[in-house]
Amino acid sequence: MEQEITEVKLKFIEDRAREIRSEVIKMLVEAGSGHTAGSLGMADVFASFYFHILNHDPKEPDWEDRDRLVLSNGHICPARYAAMALSGYFPLKELQTLRKTGSRLQGHPHRTSLPGLETTSGPLGSGLGQAIGMALSAKLNSKKWRTYCLLSDGEHDEGNHWETVMFAGKMRLNNLTAIIDRNNIQIDGYTEDVMPLEPFRDKYISFGWHVIEIDGHSPYEIIAAVNEAKAVYECPTAIIAHTVPGKGVSFMEKDYLWHGKVPSEKEAKMALEEINKGI
Amino acid sequence: MLKEFINKYKADENKATRTGFGEALVAEGTKNEEIVVISADVTNSTCCDKFAKKFPRRFFDVGVAEQSMATIAAGLGISGKIPFIASYAAFSPGRNWEQIRTTIAYNDSNVKIVGSHAGIMTGSDGATHQATEDIATMRAMPNMKVIVPCDANEAIKATIAASKIWGPVYIRLSREETPLLTTPEAPFVPGKAEIFWDSSDSKKKKLSPQVCIAACGPLLANALVAAETLEKEDIGSVVLNVHTIKPLDENKILEMAKKCGAFVSVEDHSVIGGLGGAIAELLAKEKPAPMEFVGIQDVFGESGNAWELVEKYGLSAKDIAKAVKKAIKRK
Repeated sequence: MEQEITEVKLKFIEDRAREIRSEVIKMLVEAGSGHTAGSLGMADVFASFYFHILNHDPKEPDWEDRDRLVLSNGHICPARYAAMALSGYFPLKELQTLRKTGSRLQGHPHRTSLPGLETTSGPLGSGLGQAIGMALSAKLNSKKWRTYCLLSDGEHDEGNHWETVMFAGKMRLNNLTAIIDRNNIQIDGYTEDVMPLEPFRDKYISFGWHVIEIDGHSPYEIIAAVNEAKAVYECPTAIIAHTVPGKGVSFMEKDYLWHGKVPSEKEAKMALEEINKGI
Repeated sequence: MLKEFINKYKADENKATRTGFGEALVAEGTKNEEIVVISADVTNSTCCDKFAKKFPRRFFDVGVAEQSMATIAAGLGISGKIPFIASYAAFSPGRNWEQIRTTIAYNDSNVKIVGSHAGIMTGSDGATHQATEDIATMRAMPNMKVIVPCDANEAIKATIAASKIWGPVYIRLSREETPLLTTPEAPFVPGKAEIFWDSSDSKKKKLSPQVCIAACGPLLANALVAAETLEKEDIGSVVLNVHTIKPLDENKILEMAKKCGAFVSVEDHSVIGGLGGAIAELLAKEKPAPMEFVGIQDVFGESGNAWELVEKYGLSAKDIAKAVKKAIKRK
């Protein structure tokens, strides 16, 4: 499908990203626990996927020919839940049930709890393997749908992730695209202090992948990179999306302490004011 | 009656359960195109080689990488395929237990996990390669079924049955060639334990059973030998093939508890959390009865000939007979 991107469409996606951020803050305050920085940081990626890139149908989440979006770092699911609600998978008010007893919105996403999730995730390093399985299934059935896998940078510490990177390279899975949230933080601190990942790009290249580096807050660059990935026929593509953790809320940005912490009511009010300024 | 189908247990023909699995893969793979196989660099020893040769498009070798084998299978299993993943049980489900838990069991993906070379009878490779905890770790996982075939013919049936059941199934196999205890025609229903010996139906004597010997896997042969020896000493018994450890055939086991009043479990697995554990949990809850456990006594194995290790680690027919007498005495 040709996906011409217009200024109007870009503005539309940016507005949705702001709504995702706003919903994330409201959800996390209500839930009282969860992961703020990564959820905010990937809002532009989620908005670009749910409101432009993905070939999907919120009214028919199990549609066989849909594109698959796998979230490997399940802890940023508030952003995915918000994007799903905003695109019509379920009512917005259900977002307030996040992490509560009986909710379909589990603290880490569970496939059979909520239609449209594709996988169960949380334990890190297991998403790409599942995405590879889906991409293989598409190949075996000669299907055109594509598989996208969102990953964190920190989860690249997991050895089992690299097993799957190696395998995707071996299989030359050109219907698979990984989008890595390069926000440079993990629970214990900055990635390059805890466990250095650089030279990150070279690692993927040496495993037989095509690599694109982008500004992860630019829907234009996100969409262009995905289109480039579609045009690469020889191998899978990794899009390293440079993002700012906590993006959109100045006092959260680039501070690893916001990885697994939620705002207080007062902080949330300040955060929402800042986010909504743009809408 | 099932036992009419059963070969005399001192059968001349020996065959490994893993071989049966390999044959079933090819047979069922021919009929069902959704079956795919993933191996972790042990294609020949897990008997997936014939499938790999016949269906190269549906066979994937991930290299020595059991964790990715599990997650890749999970993705295939939620996308319409029926993946079988095969390695040594010590590594899968040994090394990749968490991936199986999260991406296969909790995720409800249609993956069949095949752990070969299970138990001390793996022999000369030594304790590193002898999985003796896998029934326990897989049984504790919600959404997982656990099957331990007693011989190659039963392994064929278990493999076919697993491909037709939706959801995660663990099949535990052995390396060693062991006696064929069943014929190809013998019935096999997952979750349904079968009586392989009942002293009250024996042609020689009609002893009423005082104990139920519940076994799984190839050691069932030893249980049958023990039962015959005990008959000579006028001790009646029932030998129950509990090939499915989860879901456990609770009705049959409680029926045996009522009929026999004592139990002996027999397995090439730790006495902690395996078949014996499963039965003991049920009995403690529903019908307490004296019980003895023939299995690996919370130790690691070692290198050696499979049958010598069976003797050394207390899994022989003699050991079973001894356990039977002890259980009866405790009644």
